[in-house]
Amino acid sequence: MTTYPVRFLLNGTPVEVDVAAQDTLLETLRNKLWATEVKNGCGKGDCGCCAVLLDGRAVNSCLTLAVQANGKEVVTVKGLGNEDDPHPLQESFIRKGAIQCGFCTAGMIVSAKSLLDENPRPSPDEIREAVSGNLCRCTGYKKIIEAISDAAPKCSPSD
Amino acid sequence: MPEKQHPANDHPPVDVVGRSLPRCDAADKALGNTKYAEDYFLPGMLYGKVLRSEHAAAKILSIDTRNAEKLSGVRAVMTAKDVPHNETITRFGQTHTVGGFEGLYRILADKKVRFMGEGVALVAADTPAIAEEAARLIRVDYQPLPGVFDPFEALKRGAHRVGEESSNLVCYYKVRQGDITEGFAASDVIVKNTYRVPFQEHAYIEPEAGLAWIDDDGVINIQVCTQVIEHYREIADVLGLSYNKVRVKGTWIGGGFGGKEDITVETYLALLTWKTKRPVKMAYSREESIICHGKRHPYIMTYKTGATREGKLMALEAKLVSDAGAYVYLSPWVLLYSTVGAAGPYKIPHVKIDARTVLTNNTFSSAFRGFGVPQVCFAYESQMDELAERLHLSPLELRRRNYLRKGEATATGYVLEHYAASPEAAEKALEALGEKTKSKSPAVKIGRGIGSSMTSYGRMVFLHDTSRSYVGMELDGSVTVRCGVQDLGGGQASSLAQIAAEILGVSMADTRVFIADTALTPIAGTTTATRQLYMSGNATSMAAKEVRKNLLDKAGEILGAEPGDLDLRDGIISVMNDPSRSVPLNTVVRACASSGISLFHIAQFNAPARELVDFKKGQGQVFPDFTFGTHAAEVAVDVETGKIDVLKLAACFDVGKAINPQAVEGQLEGGTIQGMGYALLEDVILDKGITLTPSFSEYLIPTSLDAVDVRCILIESGDGIGPFGAKGVGEPSLVSAAPALANAVRDAIGAGIPDLPLTRNAS
Repeated sequence: MTTYPVRFLLNGTPVEVDVAAQDTLLETLRNKLWATEVKNGCGKGDCGCCAVLLDGRAVNSCLTLAVQANGKEVVTVKGLGNEDDPHPLQESFIRKGAIQCGFCTAGMIVSAKSLLDENPRPSPDEIREAVSGNLCRCTGYKKIIEAISDAAPKCSPSD
Repeated sequence: MPEKQHPANDHPPVDVVGRSLPRCDAADKALGNTKYAEDYFLPGMLYGKVLRSEHAAAKILSIDTRNAEKLSGVRAVMTAKDVPHNETITRFGQTHTVGGFEGLYRILADKKVRFMGEGVALVAADTPAIAEEAARLIRVDYQPLPGVFDPFEALKRGAHRVGEESSNLVCYYKVRQGDITEGFAASDVIVKNTYRVPFQEHAYIEPEAGLAWIDDDGVINIQVCTQVIEHYREIADVLGLSYNKVRVKGTWIGGGFGGKEDITVETYLALLTWKTKRPVKMAYSREESIICHGKRHPYIMTYKTGATREGKLMALEAKLVSDAGAYVYLSPWVLLYSTVGAAGPYKIPHVKIDARTVLTNNTFSSAFRGFGVPQVCFAYESQMDELAERLHLSPLELRRRNYLRKGEATATGYVLEHYAASPEAAEKALEALGEKTKSKSPAVKIGRGIGSSMTSYGRMVFLHDTSRSYVGMELDGSVTVRCGVQDLGGGQASSLAQIAAEILGVSMADTRVFIADTALTPIAGTTTATRQLYMSGNATSMAAKEVRKNLLDKAGEILGAEPGDLDLRDGIISVMNDPSRSVPLNTVVRACASSGISLFHIAQFNAPARELVDFKKGQGQVFPDFTFGTHAAEVAVDVETGKIDVLKLAACFDVGKAINPQAVEGQLEGGTIQGMGYALLEDVILDKGITLTPSFSEYLIPTSLDAVDVRCILIESGDGIGPFGAKGVGEPSLVSAAPALANAVRDAIGAGIPDLPLTRNAS
């Protein structure tokens, strides 16, 4: 099978990986780069839990081909913050109880980050619209919307 | 309010319990550190794949696996003949044998297929693509059979036989209380309706997945997202191994809601790793998940309810028929919950229930949050609002006149031993809706409705349920809990940390809970039946109290004080009336260690055990206790288009004691919205057994745009039988949401809709 070398920045680190033309970014991140924080919930763009930032915009990595990431920057939830320096969205999700099973959380936080970069002070309705492609079956969304609202004033685009 | 606290509540919470602290699993989930079942890899691992039936009913004439076996990279192909014990009885972690409840579990279809998506063959190969190709190369010759897809058709003489038994009827339960003829004779108003509710899909965001390998001791290890690690016994039975040769390690689960209660990938993985001696991984696609796992049972329910002119309920007669689908699984148990719950939280002198569950060639039905109670709750609560209308009473007033109170008997003759919060919960839920929204258009009608329920927490008392937990104090003063709970995402592990931290006077950060490992954690039973906080919470509380006792005894010696006069908090033991006399917890721990005093304890909590109730009459105690609550809803219905907009939702429940109020709210919010989905959106559509809604673009669940902010009100009566007087809320939080919405729509349009989802008729 023909493969192509693909280079991109993953959470700030340059990576190079050989992929087939039909390989999705999701498969590549999970199975070749071990970025398992990116979740596979449906493989069809219905659930949003595989969302990553591609050059700053949230995309479903299951609907993105790995070759499309060539030369670009990919950021997952792990690229936003860590134990020592969590992102305000991560802190807020923890504090507000916006996480139950946590399977949608990585994609949800990535979508929220994408929203806040474009619209730093979204209304609750704008937040609902922005994360409507991210399914959550546990929380009923209330605490997720609250967490994003709460984090907004603490975020800057550089976060 | 209750007259007294539950006797188990002898340790009033101080510092940790009762506070909305971040859950112990939250940070790792937010940071992307938590591993789920599909996130594990082992060197040399193979990928497993299931070949599934495309027919709902067919004879298997032959299976030819030769081409699949020849494909390069294929390491194993297995069919029913390769499974040592292809048929087993599934007991769901039950240690007490009772007749009539064990369901046949067939690993791979043999001679015939009973539903679309039934496993027919297994493949293990070097890559997922090869495994898929190999599955495609397996030739199965089917002879299609007519099948039967409607439970009433399935009950007819001469109907297609789904299984090997002589009838499709799985079981039949009855409740007989009073004299139903007399009850209706004494009624001034009688309402009768037939209600239909659909299959509901769990739609957990994490599809089923797992990884299996054989370790150095020859033990088969299976790491899997499951609500029941105790399936290790059935897996061992399938392979013909002793129980100590199979280990199941549960992962953090990406949602379950009952759908990961039955065995999913475990036996397939065990068989493939046993055959190949290599690690094997398997993950279902979303379509596969929707097609092959059990659903909430569809029910057809005919209800006849009678009341006096004064609004006193006199008689309730219900005929329930549920669609069990193609295999029995948990259908008899689910039906039992429906049977016991069929009359709702009401005092009714004359009750007659007849409940049957029937095999069809549809996808099998099994456990789903609420376990048979949401179906009957929709029916009995719809009846209540129609009665209220006929009696010219408000829905709240009619309910108030009939709610069961403590000391009164349910339809099954069980006298409620604890506070029954229904009247208080109903008033508060309705009040939480605030001022009624005004319609902006004559075509848009605003309506309000309530739904009340009583839902059990803890398993049926004839199962003699138990849970065990280990609590230990480390030498540095940190606390270790080992407990075989499976964490669904509801905070099952975190609540144990909160309880242990409270009793041992340490912070949550200093408490670590190890969960869900049949080899290393004491067995704690299933994470089902809203039982873990109750069962494992009590076991953890008991174990922690033993450790606390040893610590206080030793501290008493050191301080020259009576242990009963000591206080343990924030890592310090001090004399209550003289805090200047104190000793650090660390010092006491070391003193215990050097003088041979135990710093750990394993406790077993036993739920009340009763004999099996005879369901020819259905009289006796079936559950340990109930959670009472009410949902309230406000909707706007456009009577020209049929569009229903949910404006407000409220949930008020007596939770006994909120160990973590934020986590409890999370349960109420999530359960209510899942119930909203059941009411308005969700419908697994099958055409002659073929699933037409196998993805999230066809099977719609509530998104952030569909959901509204649920207003939660917690009543804390302290009268539950869990730790600190807690009750369970996981399942109750869903049960009455759908009828509240249905009754709101009825209020808006002036007519009841007898089928869910409501949009079916309204659109």
